[in-house]
Amino acid sequence: MKKLTLWSACALSEALGKREVSAVEAARAYLDEIARRDGEIHAYLTVTEEEALAAAQAADKARGCGEALSPLAGVPVALKDNLCTKGIRTTCASRMLENFIPPYDSAVVEQLYAARAVPLGKVNMDEFAMGSSTENSAFFPTRNPADPSRVPGGSSGGSAAAVAAGEAALAIGSDTGGSIRQPAAFCGVVGMKPTYGLVSRYGLVAFASSLDQIGPLARTAADCALAMNVLAGHDRRDATSLCAPKEDYLAGLDAGVGGLRIALPKEYFGEGIQPAVKDAVLAAARRFEAMGAKVGEVSFPTLDDALPAYYVLSSAEASSNLARFDGVRYGRRSAEARDIAELYRRSRSEGFGAEVKRRILLGTFVLSAGYADAYYKQALRARTLIARDFADIFQNYDIILSPVAPTTAYRLGEKTADPMQMYLGDVYTVPVNIAGLPAVSLPCGKDEEGLPVGMQLIGPALGEKRLLQAAHAFQTERGVEQ
Amino acid sequence: MVIGLEVHIELKTATKIFCSCPTAFGAEPNTQCCPVCTGMPGTLPVLNGQVVRYAVRMGLATGCAIAHRSKLDRKNYFYPDLPKAYQISQYDLPLCRDGHLDITDESGETKRIGITRIHIEEDAGKLVHTDEGTLIDCNRCGVPLIEVVSEPDIRSAREAKAYLQKLRAAALYTGISDCRMNEGSMRCDVNLSVRRRGETALGVRTEMKNLAGFQYVVKAIEYEFARQVKAIEAGEAIVQETRRFDPSSGKTYSMRGKEDAEDYRYFPDPDLVPVEVSEALIEEIRAEIPPLPDERKAAYTEKYGLSPYAAEQICMTRELADCFEAAAVCTDYPVLAANLLLGDVLRLAGAEETPIPIAPKRLGEVAQMLGEGKLNSGGGRRLIEALWERDLDPAAYAQAEGIGQISDEKALSAWAAEALAECPGAAADYRRGKTAACQALIGRAMKKSGGRANPVRLGELIEAALQEE
Repeated sequence: MKKLTLWSACALSEALGKREVSAVEAARAYLDEIARRDGEIHAYLTVTEEEALAAAQAADKARGCGEALSPLAGVPVALKDNLCTKGIRTTCASRMLENFIPPYDSAVVEQLYAARAVPLGKVNMDEFAMGSSTENSAFFPTRNPADPSRVPGGSSGGSAAAVAAGEAALAIGSDTGGSIRQPAAFCGVVGMKPTYGLVSRYGLVAFASSLDQIGPLARTAADCALAMNVLAGHDRRDATSLCAPKEDYLAGLDAGVGGLRIALPKEYFGEGIQPAVKDAVLAAARRFEAMGAKVGEVSFPTLDDALPAYYVLSSAEASSNLARFDGVRYGRRSAEARDIAELYRRSRSEGFGAEVKRRILLGTFVLSAGYADAYYKQALRARTLIARDFADIFQNYDIILSPVAPTTAYRLGEKTADPMQMYLGDVYTVPVNIAGLPAVSLPCGKDEEGLPVGMQLIGPALGEKRLLQAAHAFQTERGVEQ
Repeated sequence: MVIGLEVHIELKTATKIFCSCPTAFGAEPNTQCCPVCTGMPGTLPVLNGQVVRYAVRMGLATGCAIAHRSKLDRKNYFYPDLPKAYQISQYDLPLCRDGHLDITDESGETKRIGITRIHIEEDAGKLVHTDEGTLIDCNRCGVPLIEVVSEPDIRSAREAKAYLQKLRAAALYTGISDCRMNEGSMRCDVNLSVRRRGETALGVRTEMKNLAGFQYVVKAIEYEFARQVKAIEAGEAIVQETRRFDPSSGKTYSMRGKEDAEDYRYFPDPDLVPVEVSEALIEEIRAEIPPLPDERKAAYTEKYGLSPYAAEQICMTRELADCFEAAAVCTDYPVLAANLLLGDVLRLAGAEETPIPIAPKRLGEVAQMLGEGKLNSGGGRRLIEALWERDLDPAAYAQAEGIGQISDEKALSAWAAEALAECPGAAADYRRGKTAACQALIGRAMKKSGGRANPVRLGELIEAALQEE
């Protein structure tokens, strides 16, 4: 039998339900695995052993009392460190919030606690979710369990690495421009970015409010469905939260892909893509075809506009969202300031890393008088056009299939010198955020060095179920890769 | 002089604009705040629907067009009283626009002041400066405000005051605010420029911020007008700048110039959705609005014969107007009731606007006594003062206290004669054309009556005597 820490969350949930294993046993197994492996992987910023064991005991006790429990009860979960946790340090991997202890729980954390999931700890990320390799963490980089000399992707690199390394059964991440999907692809796990507004953002430390969305990273599509059943839902504390009817993402997961219309946008397979990535994704398309889906080539003419539009919009919002970190009320306060202007300047200079500063400067610039029309407003126009491109495709197709990233995981330090190189890696993932659509990233092969390749399935708004069905069908057909 | 006013009015919703913290004034510092209004990382604003309703009420009361779709924007700037480092406000799509208010001056002339826009926004916190340093009180963070921006239609301090009073009346009648100046729930920014008579182009303006009282607005305008005129006459240019008004010296001081003006980098708040107001909702809100000052004012001039100015003053607050209406039906002399209210009663209420403790029926009775010549104005004042303290029967009290008016001819003649005898020169002065001499004699005779003489009859007697000599 496989090690418990490599079971899918669904398998663990079933075993917990049948009392073949207790939540405390599961928690201990994961805590042991973290102790054994995280010295190398560096996925965790904070391990909450005490809270995890207390929650596991409570889950076992509730089960013992015959309480009706969520399938997530007793399942150990890792939380990205930009999700506020009451009483537990929430750093956003920034010096700015190194000692910040939130006075409240984020909505998703509340949901997970209510489901009696077991919180293993807070995992690493690029500072304030800005980055694609987790190398922008102010504390340390996380390593890719598939090859520790390589990055796990980012910004939810800690989440993806924890799941891939068997240091969590499930992880929660956030995705502003690909931050769940790309690390999932790099680490060989499944990541879902839900429709904008499906999961409450309340308590997620904002990077770019109109693009941010919380979602799960897991070993299988079914595990993502399991997590989505707990995460999705209306929250009146988030004005952008959708009032969609509650779905059961596990129900009908076996529906298959017979008759499913899959679009392959040719622009996604153009210049700059690593041949192994292209081959693996096209092979996956053929496999879907063999499973009964209909595959057709389409065009996505605004793909080239997506990346600049994304960096303008996300930086503009970030410059405003991160202005509150001023050293006055919480977070880092420079000890040397003599007046308020200097307090702002020093606290922010000391607290933020280079990439965060770069985005704040960029965002401040694109919103400035005299420039906002040429940049910010132009990006808003591009946003409309990109959404229209998707809408056009979904007139005739159910799902779009594309690569997640142009390359597989690169080596630590390989792209840190040139921010533009790093940004280019987001080209396939950002259009989804710009249009607010759901997408799943799942493994579809390996490159010549044995590194995981990910494919992306994109659906129309609230099309999560269809995406998970297709991803599940692919994984069932092929078997989940380890 | 050309003036435009920006007025911030605090809405009296039970809870704040983007969270459910209470808005009550005067609580212990930082006891009425939560992670949302203190801008904790990860928190999100959710718009309080009552704020929209109140703002729409005010918009309808001032003849504004209501936007079916408006949005909330972020105004970005750093200040320690602003926890998120941006204020959520409305930039290019305000909730209400293109309204107006009519003001009436003492001559009865009516003038229309345009209202450019009314938008909703959140208040900032309060800085408390102590010996140990500056402290922040977040209780006021997120308290809902409307900002009412006027057209530059105002031409004098008096018009500015009349406009503010009218605006306040609209807010009080619609019940959207208490407009308590001393609690800062109504604050005013003044934009002022001057130009030579006949010129049509506007001069360079200065802005005076956060004036928390009508008297300060008047003083600031008077000072700033004189300063600008003096500067221009001396050949100096006016600099576009923000100036601070110091209430203790009555002067304005330069705070920051145009070159230091901040770039607020407004953009739509992505945490909030557009504000939708349907036609049905507008009609629903319209139905909530009670008769407004101008409607009542028209009734008072027509039905009770009040002057347009007196009617406007009576309509300044709902309490005053309600009191007047109830008193007017108890007397044959409603104009006198209005005079009592605007004079003696308002003087007692003072700047704090203490609620009026006098029953309207009693006010009517006093007006009746005045009208029937049973009281003179001094006696009226004494009765009002007594009624302010406790309820009593005015007629009985006047009799018991001996404050009724004396119209008895014999007594009046005797006081007149005494006064004339004491001032032998007065008659000669009067004949040389000094009519003031007559007034002095009336005053002297009045004093002898203990203030109770009928002043009209007394005057007639004294004048007749002077002409005889």
